Amino acid sequence: MNTVKETISVQPLSAQVDKDVIDFEVRSLDTMCVNESHKVHPWWYNFKYMPVGILFGIVFVKAEIVSWYRIQEMFRLQNFHMYGVIGTAVVIGIISVWLIKKFNLKTIHGEKIEFHPKKFNKGQIYGGLLFGLGWAITGACPGPLFAQIGTGSLVIAIVVLSAIAGTWTYGYFRERLPH
Amino acid sequence: MLEMLKQPWPWYVAGVIIGLIVPALLILGNKHFGISANLRHACAACFPADIKFFKYDWKKEIWNFFFVAGIIAGAIIAARLIANPNPIVVNPTLASELAGFGITDNSNMLPEELFSWRSLFSLRGLVMLIGGGFLVGFGARYAGGCTSGHAIMGLSDLQWPSLIATIMFMAGGFIMANLILPIILRL
Repeated sequence: MNTVKETISVQPLSAQVDKDVIDFEVRSLDTMCVNESHKVHPWWYNFKYMPVGILFGIVFVKAEIVSWYRIQEMFRLQNFHMYGVIGTAVVIGIISVWLIKKFNLKTIHGEKIEFHPKKFNKGQIYGGLLFGLGWAITGACPGPLFAQIGTGSLVIAIVVLSAIAGTWTYGYFRERLPH
Repeated sequence: MLEMLKQPWPWYVAGVIIGLIVPALLILGNKHFGISANLRHACAACFPADIKFFKYDWKKEIWNFFFVAGIIAGAIIAARLIANPNPIVVNPTLASELAGFGITDNSNMLPEELFSWRSLFSLRGLVMLIGGGFLVGFGARYAGGCTSGHAIMGLSDLQWPSLIATIMFMAGGFIMANLILPIILRL
């Protein structure tokens, strides 16, 4: 009798853990932002990410990264600007990640900073090519699309909606696409 | 000082600040820099339609919506308070090529002839706005990330699949800008 009781009381817990594991796996499919913060904070803690976004948005506009012309020049090898921006950002990013790993830096809440290796699949080839085709048309990758709306080009909301539709279509056909 | 801020910022300033976003997000809360994931979270939140790819707890990712809200706010600040009063400087070769397609208005970041409500109702505008957006959204998710997730965050963590994705982004861009876009612009 006792054992039966135990299994019953244990089951909901393990089911919850299973659900979390599955949830993590589904989210980690093809998305970068799966780093789990294991601490549970109130939702308004997320406001801390806003100043970072604001700074990013200002830089996007002021360095003309959101300009269609800068992207066209990049793909026609007519201007070093975008290569300089991306190249510098990558170098700073590599140094930062290396420092975080070397000194085992923690988050401001004292958590260990985690990294997840990316697995190769053919999606990075086919999807990457399709993304590049779109990038040269719109002159913007997803971040700049949002910034373009902020600069007053409200019609770009249509491009964002279309990008969401594209994302949804990918999800719909995902199982049938080569990966 | 204000006059200097109003000028277009050089690449090394932008590059350093964007690069520092990577450690900023990691240190603030273990978050990996990646924008296109928001498009997926939007699908998961609004129309998951019982598709497995969209059935996850998107509420765990709302930090990214705050980040994007910040990007929009930052763009508004830059465009209202420290906007560059001059037209965008365009490479003369590109300018003359675009003039051949009737694109001459470089007063804004985006050419008015291509990115406006009026152009949305032309074939050329429709293909570029709807088609371009669709490819960006579909391709980013298929590749598992966009320029921020792969080219910045992935390369910062020395992930070779991200290098492949970045190379393919560039390949697609070169093909489109040089071979296909001239046909679309003629529409």
